Amino acid sequence: MCHLAQEQDGWLRPEAMAEIGELCEVTAAEVQGTASFYDMLHLEPVGTYVLSVCTNIACMLGGALELLGHAESALGVRAGGTTTDGVFTLHEAECLADCDKTVCVQVNHRYVGAQTPESFDALLDDLRAGRLADTVPPHGTLVRVRRSTGLQADRAAVAAERAAMAEAQAARATAADGGHKA
Amino acid sequence: MAITDAPRIMTSRLGDDDSYTMERYLATGGYTALRKAFTMRPEAVGAEVDAASLLGRGGAGFPAGRKWSMMRKNPVTYLVVNGDESEPATFKDHMLIERDPHQILEGVLISAYALQVSQAFIYVRGEFALGLERLQQALNEAYDHGAVGADIFGSGFSLDVVVHPGAGAYICGEETAMLESLEGKRGFPRIKPPFFPAAIGIYGEPTVVNNVETMANIPWIINNGGAAFAALGQGRSTGTRLFALAGHVRKPGNYEIEMVKTTFRDLIYAPVLGGGIRGSNTLKAFIPGGVSAPWFGPDQVGLPLGQDEVGDAGSMLGSGSVVVMDSATCMVRAAWRITKFFSRESCGQCTPCREGSGWLERIMFRIEHGDGREEDLDLLMDLCDNISPGVAWPPQQTTICVLGPSIPSSIASGIRMFRDEFLVHVKEGGCPFD
Repeated sequence: MCHLAQEQDGWLRPEAMAEIGELCEVTAAEVQGTASFYDMLHLEPVGTYVLSVCTNIACMLGGALELLGHAESALGVRAGGTTTDGVFTLHEAECLADCDKTVCVQVNHRYVGAQTPESFDALLDDLRAGRLADTVPPHGTLVRVRRSTGLQADRAAVAAERAAMAEAQAARATAADGGHKA
Repeated sequence: MAITDAPRIMTSRLGDDDSYTMERYLATGGYTALRKAFTMRPEAVGAEVDAASLLGRGGAGFPAGRKWSMMRKNPVTYLVVNGDESEPATFKDHMLIERDPHQILEGVLISAYALQVSQAFIYVRGEFALGLERLQQALNEAYDHGAVGADIFGSGFSLDVVVHPGAGAYICGEETAMLESLEGKRGFPRIKPPFFPAAIGIYGEPTVVNNVETMANIPWIINNGGAAFAALGQGRSTGTRLFALAGHVRKPGNYEIEMVKTTFRDLIYAPVLGGGIRGSNTLKAFIPGGVSAPWFGPDQVGLPLGQDEVGDAGSMLGSGSVVVMDSATCMVRAAWRITKFFSRESCGQCTPCREGSGWLERIMFRIEHGDGREEDLDLLMDLCDNISPGVAWPPQQTTICVLGPSIPSSIASGIRMFRDEFLVHVKEGGCPFD
């Protein structure tokens, strides 16, 4: 649900977290506490393009710290910052699991192949000119392929499973109570 | 026997550009294993996987068949597949999800049939946006094809599959943290024992958790028989395995290799595999199984790629990622970066891990940047000892999950193998590689 809210707004607005809380019957603070645990959920506005530069071991061996330094000066922001025009957010990422193509960079979580300082500058130009619009959707949009069908397993079987689940949980609760009293 | 003679169990389709489509999958024998499984009794399917002695490919290496047979006493409600691949320098699951999602789905379907569950979840790392789209597309196609859903292929067996995206947290690769995350909470690992997911898993129900690569092996095992799989490899390490080779080699990449029959030397130097060290440098050290594993030196390249063989030598095959570092690599910087990763990804529940990783990272940082002291080396080892008493392998644990005892591996290896290099940083007041 946080992914959905982020797809709508590009980041997690307080109003969205409050609404998720209502739907899930938890407090907005619990939603925020959960969201803040995860790297991909942003509690503050981010740029249209979030550039994730991996600096973990395999990429570091391939010159990632140097690339991150280049990116910081090219964009005029430190890692974690957003450019004043609101187009780019630079993010120092942990391993993005594409380690045979170092230095690994993702834009809005789409791989853009191995990067060097020179190719990084070209990447920024391409993004500014909208040349990658087909492959890189705006930040927040994660999965563009929707589920095309609902759950199809036999309703009766699911109901029986749920009943058995409730029974087992009740039995465990009783056992736990019994243990407590004893 | 040549390295390339072993059958390609998981990577047979990856040469095709359209390897992820239903069309290509059906044209290359897709979903025949599922149809075959439906002609067998569920226990017979499980017995075939048992006979294959397939070790789980997630990192811990527990036999998948035995995990399933333990569940026969207790009916299992859910199957959860772990595709949260986040161990640094591991990129095999990423490739399997993006390039051959139907193979994973077929593995899930067969496994669900063997376990007689009607609901499966596939948890995929959120950063794999393209992989998530390909897998969801494959799932939609499989529903349309009648391979998932109600009364699959007229067998009377029904299964629903849900693909769930993660949101960026290394710890969610730990199975109980993943279940918490799947339930919509923070990815805090659960305390275990006493209750493993087999007893209390997702939504409080008995759950089997398997890795994506484990699932990708299942269709081949059913088509060719568990005995054919077990005939590959040696000892407890059967079949083939995907090794993710990264770092200073000429040809980094994922290689499917028969277990035990191949050595680290083959993987790093063979022209059909890693192709040797980049440039004119030589091998300085390598990490044999993800950054949680203790390092090996050049004298250990002769070791076979087998779970027990590497375990006996004091490290682990872990996630199957091999990181090669050449002679121009600063070992202090390498160990610092790995420690920084653990410090950032510690979930924060247990004090030794949460505080220890941060302290270690800061000390490593100051050594690398010329502000280190000679006594820092002992201080580092003392802190490591507090996180994992004895700093031995296999490690002792003071934390809920194994992230804690993974932290000391790189620092302890660095100090053990390259003590002089640490001291040069201290004495010269900076990094000699800068």
